[in-house]
Amino acid sequence: MASEAHGAEQGGLEFHPMDQFLVKPLFGGDHIGLFTITNVTLWMALAVIAVVAMMVVGTRRRAIIPSRGQSIGELAYGFIYKMVEDVAGKDAVKFFPYIMTLFMFIVMANFLGLLPMSFTTTSHFAVTIGLALLVFVTVTVVGFVKNGAAFLGLFWVSSAPLALRPVLAIIEVISYFVRPVSHSIRLAGNVMAGHAVIKVFAGFAAIAVVSPVSIVAITAMYGLEVLVAFIQAYVFTILTCVYLKDALHPSH
Amino acid sequence: MATKTTDAAGHAAEAASASGMPQLDFSSWGNQIFWLLVTLVVIYFVLSRIALPRIAAVLAERQGTITNDIAAAEELKAKAVEAEEAYNKALADAKAEAANIVAAAKAEIQADLNAATEKADAEIAAKAAESEKAIAEIRAGALESIKDVANATTAELVSTLGGKAEDADVAKAVDAQMKG
Repeated sequence: MASEAHGAEQGGLEFHPMDQFLVKPLFGGDHIGLFTITNVTLWMALAVIAVVAMMVVGTRRRAIIPSRGQSIGELAYGFIYKMVEDVAGKDAVKFFPYIMTLFMFIVMANFLGLLPMSFTTTSHFAVTIGLALLVFVTVTVVGFVKNGAAFLGLFWVSSAPLALRPVLAIIEVISYFVRPVSHSIRLAGNVMAGHAVIKVFAGFAAIAVVSPVSIVAITAMYGLEVLVAFIQAYVFTILTCVYLKDALHPSH
Repeated sequence: MATKTTDAAGHAAEAASASGMPQLDFSSWGNQIFWLLVTLVVIYFVLSRIALPRIAAVLAERQGTITNDIAAAEELKAKAVEAEEAYNKALADAKAEAANIVAAAKAEIQADLNAATEKADAEIAAKAAESEKAIAEIRAGALESIKDVANATTAELVSTLGGKAEDADVAKAVDAQMKG
């Protein structure tokens, strides 16, 4: 801390790339209780408003020939619907609203996080682990409800030689339980890393000589982050579909 | 000294600046997960109650409209094909009728022509017969004259040569010569 401040005195350089991820109560006070209204609450509420604007306000006219706003809503609907149908199968369509909810929240939170001065809710492991555990629990419950004990066949690779099957079963069980970890760390890690890197480049902009390079780098990173914001939402959603497929059709 | 003051300043700033990763500050996890669940529930209800059924209805309606339009277009196309067929049929009928009329006219003309030709042929034949008759008469006349001349000449020749010629003998000889 001290050396950092020392460096700031010398070159005017101040790196606080992680400050943007701080959870702060909105209405004063230091304590963050379970129901405290924080910047997390604010930006999640904004995500809800964005989803409502896109999916409800945009489609309010129910036009046969869609307006631009309605087209976007329909595009999102068709995109996820087709993904669920193609990846998880026709019988997974009843989970479509659930998967759509996950996708819309993640994609909106990611894009809202790209606004300057914003707070990115999906950069927090708490949020992504919450999402991933939700998927994990849902998939596991659906798997057992649909298939009963046959769901355990997911871990018993019947196409492998008999001697290998116990070993493979252990690997399969481990990989099954690692799923929510990779599922959540991937999303939060990507989003957090991009935002932190942008902040670091922004710190360099304080030096006049470097600032043009820094601004170009920020611009490039921002472009990449726009891609990442969508791609990570897409990846999270398609993995959810894949896991759901495993739950509905556990046979290899 | 200086370190102390910066340390104090750093301490004051510590509330606003992150030490390490705020992501790993577990004291805010409960709060975040609570608000996440609230958010997801709200989005879920908005989507499943309002947005998704509405979009599904719009898409279905559009599909229906498109299907209807295609059906109507197909119907119109069938009508157009029908109309074309009727037109072609009318055209073919007209052509056949025209051909019939042409054939009838041709036949009539042919009949007229044949009649005229026949008439002309008959006339020509009649004229030819008449002419032949005339020629035959002339030829007969000529033969008669030749015979007369031959008889007279023969009789004259015979008498000149000092012979005596019976008219009947001379005629017989001339006849024989002329036949020969």
